[in-house]
Amino acid sequence: MITTSDLTKVYDKTVVVDHVSVSLPDAGVTSVIGANGAGKSTLLSMISRILDADAGLVAVDGLDVFNAPSREIAKRLSILRQETHMTARITVREVVEFGRYPHSRGRLTAECVHKVDEAIAYCDLGEFEQRGIHELSGGQRQRAFIAMVLAQDTRYVLLDEPLNNLDMPHATSVMKLLRRLADDHGKSIVLVLHDINYASVYSDRIVAMKDGVIAADGPPESVMNADTLESIYGMRFSVIDLDGDRIAAYFR
Amino acid sequence: MKSSSRIAAVAPWVAAALVLILGVGSLFLGVADVSLHDVLTDPDVRSVFLISRVPRTVALILAGAAMAVAGLIMQHLARNRFVSPTTAGTIDAAALGLLTATLLFAGASVMSKILIAMLFALAGSLLFIVLIQRIQFKDLILVPLVGLLLGGVFRAIAEFFAYRNNLTQTLDVWLNGDFSGVIQGRYETLYFAGVVALVAYLFANWFTVAGMGRDFATNVGVNYKVVMGAGLTIAALATAVVVVTVGAIPFLGLIVPNIVTLMMGDNMRRVLPTTALAGAALVIACDMLGRWIIFPYEIAVGTIVGVVGSAIFLVLVLRRNRYAQA
Repeated sequence: MITTSDLTKVYDKTVVVDHVSVSLPDAGVTSVIGANGAGKSTLLSMISRILDADAGLVAVDGLDVFNAPSREIAKRLSILRQETHMTARITVREVVEFGRYPHSRGRLTAECVHKVDEAIAYCDLGEFEQRGIHELSGGQRQRAFIAMVLAQDTRYVLLDEPLNNLDMPHATSVMKLLRRLADDHGKSIVLVLHDINYASVYSDRIVAMKDGVIAADGPPESVMNADTLESIYGMRFSVIDLDGDRIAAYFR
Repeated sequence: MKSSSRIAAVAPWVAAALVLILGVGSLFLGVADVSLHDVLTDPDVRSVFLISRVPRTVALILAGAAMAVAGLIMQHLARNRFVSPTTAGTIDAAALGLLTATLLFAGASVMSKILIAMLFALAGSLLFIVLIQRIQFKDLILVPLVGLLLGGVFRAIAEFFAYRNNLTQTLDVWLNGDFSGVIQGRYETLYFAGVVALVAYLFANWFTVAGMGRDFATNVGVNYKVVMGAGLTIAALATAVVVVTVGAIPFLGLIVPNIVTLMMGDNMRRVLPTTALAGAALVIACDMLGRWIIFPYEIAVGTIVGVVGSAIFLVLVLRRNRYAQA
C-alpha cells in the first residue's frame, strides 16, 4: 500500500498540493482526475520521489520514499512521466533493459533477460525491439516505456498522463494494456488522466483532485455522476449509462 | 536501424584500424628520417624513436581519446548534442585555472596545476549547467551559444591577468594544443586522461540513464545529482590534464561524439570505446597534417583541429534538422 500523510507542495506561495492524505491500494487501476493545476501530477511526482515535498510523508509498503535508498524504492515503484527524453537514439530493447537497472545495475542476469523478453512480448513490441525509440510512433513509444516499467517488475506502476498525444486507437490499446497488467500481473496501476471517460471505463477507483485537495474518491459509480463532476470541474456534465459503463458528456 | 546496425557493427573495428595505421604513420613522420630498419640497428635513431616519436604518438592517442570521451559525457549530461568542453566554456575555465595556479603558486608541481585547472573546469561546467537550467528555451543551438559566451568571459578574465603579467604568449600556448614539445618525461600525466576514459567506461550505463533525463534516472533508482557530479568531474579532469600537458584541443569533444553517435546510437557503453578510438584517430591525423603541410616546420594540432572541427561543426549545425533533434 502507498500512503501519503499531509503531503504538501507550495510553489511561490501557491499551495499546489494541500495536506493530502490518501492511501493507494496494492492492486487494481486507480485514476487521478481533475482540472489543470489541480495538483494531480505534482501529487504523483512526490509519491514517486521525483519531486521533494514541502511537508508530509509518503510510505510505499512502509518505506519512506524520501529517505529510503532510491534503488529499493525503484524495485517497488516505477513512474512514467511525459518528458522529452526522445532525443536519445537507443533501441526499444535497450529502453526495456533499463527497467532492470534497479535489480542488476546494468549487468543483466539470465532472469533479467527473461523479464525483458517477456515484457517485450507482452507489449507486442517484438518486431520493433531493434528499432530506435526515436523512430517509433507515439503509441509504440508509449508501449516501449510501459514495457520498461513492466521489466522493472514493481508492484506499483505510476503513469503521468500516459494518453497524451495519442490518437484513439493508441490510447485505447494503452488503456487495455494497463488493465491487463493489473488483472494478469496483480499490479497496482495509478495514472493521471484527463479523459474522464477512460478513467470511468478502465478504473477500479477514481481519485478526483481540485485546488490541491482530494475532492472525491471512490469507484467510478460514485464519482461519475453529474453533481460530483460539476463540483470538480465547475462546468456542466451529463452522465449516461452505456452498456454498464458510465460515460460523461461535457461538450455543451 | 537495419542498415545502421551494420555500420554500428563495423565502426569500432574501422576506428581501431585507423588508430593503428595512423599511429604507425605518426611514428615514422618527422624531421629526422626514421625507418623501421634504422630503429632496430642504429642507436641514435632508436633514441629519437623512443624519446620523441613514441611519446608523441601515445600522447596523441591519450589526449584525443580523453577529449572525445569528455565531450560524449558532457553531451549526455547536458542532453544537448552540441555541448562539449569547447562549447561549455570548460576549456577556457581550465586555462583560467592553470593561469591562476601559475600566478599564485609559482613553483607548483604539474599535478597541483592539473588539480587547480580541474577545479576551475569543474566550477565552470557547474556554472554552465546552472545557467542552462535557468534559461527558458533549451534550444539545440542556444545552449552551446551560452556556453561559448561563458567561455569567452573566462578567456577574457584570463587574458586580462595574462596581459598584466606578461603571460599572453603562454596563455596562447595553453589554448592551442601542440604536441611538438612532447618528449619522454613531459607527457606522462596524459595517462591520467586515459585512466579517466576507462573509469568513464565503467560507469557508462549511469551516463546513458542520466542522459534520458532526471525523472527517468530517478525512476530506476539512479541518483541523478551524483551521476551529474561524477560525469562533470570526469570531463573536467580529462580537459584539465590535456590543457596542462599539451594545450587545448578544441572541437574534438564536439564533433567526434556527434559523428560516432550518429552511426551507433546513444548507448554509452556501446559507443564510448569507438568514440575514444575515433578521437585518437582524428587527433593523430590532424597532428600528422600539421607536421606535413609546412614541413620541416609544424602547425600546432590545435589550429588544424580548430579549422577541421569548426567546419564539421558548421555542417552538423546546418544539418541539425535531419538528425540532431530526432
